[in-house]
Amino acid sequence: MAEFRLPPNSRIKQGKIWKAPEAARNIKRFHVYRYDPDSGDNPRMDIYEIDMDKCGPMVLDALLKIKNEIDATLTLRRSCREGVCGSCAMNIDGTNTLACTHDIKDIKDDVKIYPLPHMPVIKDLVPDLTHFFAQYASIKPWIRTQSPAPDRERLQSKQERAKLDGLYECILCACCSTACPSYWWNSERYLGPALLLQAYRWIADSRDETTGERLDDLQDPFKLYRCHTIMNCTRTCPKGLNPAKSIGEIKQLLAEREH
Amino acid sequence: MNFRTPLGRARGLGSARCGTDHWLAQRISALALIPLVLWFTASMMFYMRADYVSVLNWLHSPINAVLLVLMLTALFYHAYLGLQMVLEDYIHNEWVKVSALLSVRFACISLAAAGIFSVLRIAFGG
Repeated sequence: MAEFRLPPNSRIKQGKIWKAPEAARNIKRFHVYRYDPDSGDNPRMDIYEIDMDKCGPMVLDALLKIKNEIDATLTLRRSCREGVCGSCAMNIDGTNTLACTHDIKDIKDDVKIYPLPHMPVIKDLVPDLTHFFAQYASIKPWIRTQSPAPDRERLQSKQERAKLDGLYECILCACCSTACPSYWWNSERYLGPALLLQAYRWIADSRDETTGERLDDLQDPFKLYRCHTIMNCTRTCPKGLNPAKSIGEIKQLLAEREH
Repeated sequence: MNFRTPLGRARGLGSARCGTDHWLAQRISALALIPLVLWFTASMMFYMRADYVSVLNWLHSPINAVLLVLMLTALFYHAYLGLQMVLEDYIHNEWVKVSALLSVRFACISLAAAGIFSVLRIAFGG
């Protein structure tokens, strides 16, 4: 059944409060989800008071300041710090987004930071994305052709190339999939918005020769049709993409080939 | 213990190669219900204070009887398709899910049959 309460070992307790230095004038409080699998304890919310006069503008700057200067045990993924790698996806201020591109100024009250929702947590802000990336591999995200390879690059008209706009920009940060209730309840079988957008990226690619097989593989009550157009995916995407539209396009193509 | 690889788990039983029919049927029945429900609501409002005989007469008309049979069919078909989605979404125990799906299917078919039978009985002068 759907779960409406967290299992007992996942319920969040109150954690430690890390006070700002006395001299700090411009203090912002960061509530951060902490979970240490080795301790056997339940997760807790630690509160860090940050001197904003000595901190960069983005949420990731604050998290790295905590890790470097206050509490080195805080664990998170990050890499590019400019919104192209998708590593620092987490739930900030109630919305899944990238810590590196989310301005602290946009958050009025205390900043609340959790890992991506409804995923197994490895440690602190690091979710287990094994299944997510296995699902990505299952849609065969590479060009598949039968015609002999040309001696030069595979040509595409400007119009054909334009169909990939809004698709190729996806960085697989998993913000959309983990914001989707259908993915929460049925991630074992439902592919979720991120991977359906990726699947559509190859369906829409004029150079690919297996459009039919790709549609065959998606035509499934669970893999595709668990999408009920809830639109959380489009609302939360930190890159401003529209996964719901891609899913709609796939459904339309499937309906088109029925008659 | 589960030693399947993540890719094996993600692929699962593969694609069922269906679902489009269900999706189309849900939309087509919804489309059909728009005029049917509007017509039915308007008629009921018109006959709200009418006596028993005039409502019977209304149902004796072939057009009204046919439209009502169509509405009942579309309504219970659409209700079944929607409820099926909800049950599949939320119930993960296979036995509970199958029994719930069967119960809802039988209930919808029975209610539709009872409704259609009632309309026909009146229409044919019962």
